[in-house]
Amino acid sequence: METDVMKKVPVREQDAKVRATNFEEVCLGYNEEEAIAEAGRCLNCKNAMCVKGCPVSIDIPAFIHEVKEENFAGAYEIISQSSALPAVCGRVCPQESQCEGKCIRGIKGEPVSIGKLERFVADWACANGIKPNAATEKKGKKVAVIGSGPAGLTCAGDLAKLGYDVTIFEALHEAGGVLVYGIPEFRLPKERVVAKEIENVKSLGVRIETNVVIGKSTTIDELMEKEGFSAVFIGSGAGLPKFMGIPGEQANGVFSANEYLTRSNLMKAFDENSPTPIMRAKKAVIVGGGNVAMDAARTALRLGAETHIVYRRSEEELPARVEEVHHAKEEGIIFDLLTNPVEILQDENGWVKGVKCIRMELGEPDESGRRRPVAVEGSEFVIDADAVIMSLGTSPNPLISSTTEGLEVNRWKCIVADEENGKTTKEGVYAGGDAVTGAATVILAMGAGKAGAKGIDEFLSR
Amino acid sequence: MYKIVKAKQLAESIVYFDVEAPRVAASCLPGQFVIVRTDANGERIPLTICDYDREKGTVTIVIQCIGAGTNTMKSLWEGDSFHDFVGPLGQPSEFCSEDPESLRSKKIIFVAGGLGTAPVYPQVKWLSEQGVKADVIIGAKTKELLILEEEMKKVAGEVYPTTDDGSYGRSGMVTNTLKDLVEKEGKSYDVCVAIGPMIMMKFVCLTTKELDIPTIVSMNPIMVDGTGMCGACRLTVDDEVKFACVDGPEFDGHKVDFDQAMKRMTIYKTAEGRALLAQQEGDTHHGGCGNCD
Ligand SMILES: Cc1cc2nc3c(=O)[nH]c(=O)nc-3n(C[C@H](O)[C@H](O)[C@H](O)COP(=O)(O)OP(=O)(O)OC[C@H]3O[C@@H](n4cnc5c(N)ncnc54)[C@H](O)[C@@H]3O)c2cc1C
Ligand SMILES: Cc1cc2nc3c(=O)[nH]c(=O)nc-3n(C[C@H](O)[C@H](O)[C@H](O)COP(=O)(O)OP(=O)(O)OC[C@H]3O[C@@H](n4cnc5c(N)ncnc54)[C@H](O)[C@@H]3O)c2cc1C
Ligand code: SF4
Ligand code: SF4
Ligand code: FES
Repeated sequence: METDVMKKVPVREQDAKVRATNFEEVCLGYNEEEAIAEAGRCLNCKNAMCVKGCPVSIDIPAFIHEVKEENFAGAYEIISQSSALPAVCGRVCPQESQCEGKCIRGIKGEPVSIGKLERFVADWACANGIKPNAATEKKGKKVAVIGSGPAGLTCAGDLAKLGYDVTIFEALHEAGGVLVYGIPEFRLPKERVVAKEIENVKSLGVRIETNVVIGKSTTIDELMEKEGFSAVFIGSGAGLPKFMGIPGEQANGVFSANEYLTRSNLMKAFDENSPTPIMRAKKAVIVGGGNVAMDAARTALRLGAETHIVYRRSEEELPARVEEVHHAKEEGIIFDLLTNPVEILQDENGWVKGVKCIRMELGEPDESGRRRPVAVEGSEFVIDADAVIMSLGTSPNPLISSTTEGLEVNRWKCIVADEENGKTTKEGVYAGGDAVTGAATVILAMGAGKAGAKGIDEFLSR
Repeated sequence: MYKIVKAKQLAESIVYFDVEAPRVAASCLPGQFVIVRTDANGERIPLTICDYDREKGTVTIVIQCIGAGTNTMKSLWEGDSFHDFVGPLGQPSEFCSEDPESLRSKKIIFVAGGLGTAPVYPQVKWLSEQGVKADVIIGAKTKELLILEEEMKKVAGEVYPTTDDGSYGRSGMVTNTLKDLVEKEGKSYDVCVAIGPMIMMKFVCLTTKELDIPTIVSMNPIMVDGTGMCGACRLTVDDEVKFACVDGPEFDGHKVDFDQAMKRMTIYKTAEGRALLAQQEGDTHHGGCGNCD
């Protein structure tokens, strides 16, 4: 294969015009030949900076070396030592600011395409039926894990590998957390990728009990006192949606991104045959600029809407992954930047008919270091729309913290836990992921799940 | 899977199931609800917990089969199973946390409309176990649709069946019965609990406001997850946004913005869908759910 060492081996993608009308995966990934060629660009650095950028410290040069040698099984084994969900992370990690952001190759040219290589290896292992190894010795102790998102799955997988008897309790009818209800099919296929990774965790001996809402169906105290769990890990995520609090927000046609995406992803409403309905808007306004906003916008577009993203800062400050913004633009999503909604206009039947917005300009930097957007007086204008999707971020659900004696939360309702080992203020209870940090990333949640498993093992080995 | 251990047909298109769900049965209280799915692709359907047996580990639900989702339950019977059954969700009735002594000093009237009789039942039963006999108005369009009268009589003080068409009990709307009891028959009440179609709850609230009786209603907006994650169920109560699935479903009826709630119920209703429903339901269709113009 001909390659320019300064550039990544390009990855095949579905054509933008075609994919804008379907829910198939956008990025098609590398084939063997492409993966080997890309692996050849890695300098196999002694003091590999890329590893420092990966929150779970995958031995990146080592696995890429195995890919170069065409030993894909070996590469999978190396990745598995650090990550329980490589097919997921290879697809959704913000690589540009993590592993790839630190890659030496990136100084002069483009960094090595670490994420795409990781995805290739994981997909190869899945296609060839390779599974992680289960524990041989049992510890005879039960651990409960609350929530089946990346934090919970990772923690459960690590504990099972150590020989603990692990049960995951999940509130929804399906395991996976944001991976199944939030991130859309076209970025992260559910059957082919997420379900397979969950099967891998189950094959380690982890039990998953769905339809159990901790704090309602039972409590942490009951799990520990009556059901014989010696320790608990809370990985319940940050599922509470925010609204703006502007007039008209209760109108028909205003949704939280969580509702819109849950209907489409978890309930499969994008499929006309699904019994769960979703509004197919003509013109949708998505408010926000993060990954969630991009996903909501690209879903609305695929469901047939002319789609606008309204974001109060400028392009530079968009918190979404660069790749997602790029894909969204290619697909025809219109970005109305430096714009902020002030009111949602409704017709006489209570349906959305437009969004009144105001233009913004960037002022002095605020505490986050980003320049603060300030409204330009008198610059109001109306964008016609029949749907508005609020993608403003989420915070942890207080269901668990409010029903567990002795569990401290901070003023954002995030559970207080040690970063190193997930220890909370309650003996035997550990926590990690979005429930502790507020909305963050898959890989950080996995890192926290790992830390929690380590903390629990130390606690139970005392 | 959650097995149906007992099934009954209560009226045309109203079915009753006792479902094996030990975790829910162990922790639920009156006023709470569950979300069920019939099969692996099914819609998530919220249903009030109508009774429970902690020893047997069963929970009772009563379903009015009105749409695509609930109609899939029509074909279920003893021995069949629900694919999913999660709960208890929402807050228990306020009664449950009140001191029994102060409860006994209160005169309580329940107004149950149509299927609302089912969720009223466990509350009246629970109160009777605390030594409180509450009165109950059971309203229905017509005699055949009146449910749970015998069961209710065993746990209530007075029971006043009321039918819109006068085919049984008192004639007219439940609000007339309530007014008559207070204004003509010398009854007085400290609290009213109204559960039924939104339009009924709205009018009961207008009546009790006049009669100066504090009123609790049980709201049943569109829901998805039932745990506070999606915001589909949001309502305005006392000018504040509330999520019915976690803050409710019971609220102070005099503070609920019913008109907005009824509008929000129509989000997934198309004009054709409504027309079809009116046609299928014939005379029994009265737009009581608030979905019709
Ligand atoms: C639309 C969207 C797109 C995103 N895109 C990206 C991306 O591209 N890259 C990236 O790195 N990150 C992305 N993220 C963020 C990432 O998905 C999250 O940071 C990550 O999933 C957090 O993992 P978690 O395990 O902490 O929680 P979650 O994934 O939220 O899982 C928590 C689980 O706990 C369950 N639960 C909650 N309460 C209870 C309870 N009381 N009892 C039982 N179960 C309970 C929930 O139902 C859920 O299944 C995105 C998030 C969203 C919403
Ligand atoms: C907290 C809560 C508790 C509930 N308890 C019960 C219960 O104990 N028994 C029961 O039968 N139903 C109950 N409901 C209502 C039930 O969930 C809906 O009837 C059901 O979701 C409708 O689904 P469907 O697919 O069959 O009908 P759809 O196809 O969605 O609707 C068909 C028609 O049903 C009517 N409808 C839809 N939703 C409602 C509603 N919420 N209330 C009244 N009419 C509606 C409309 O006229 C609509 O056109 C409850 C709802 C909530 C939120
Ligand atoms: S897990 Fe994420 S950060 Fe780590 S190597 Fe893979 S893509 Fe990079
Ligand atoms: S920093 Fe880049 S070049 Fe060096 S080992 Fe890591 S991936 Fe390879
Ligand atoms: S049903 Fe989703 S928040 Fe209430």
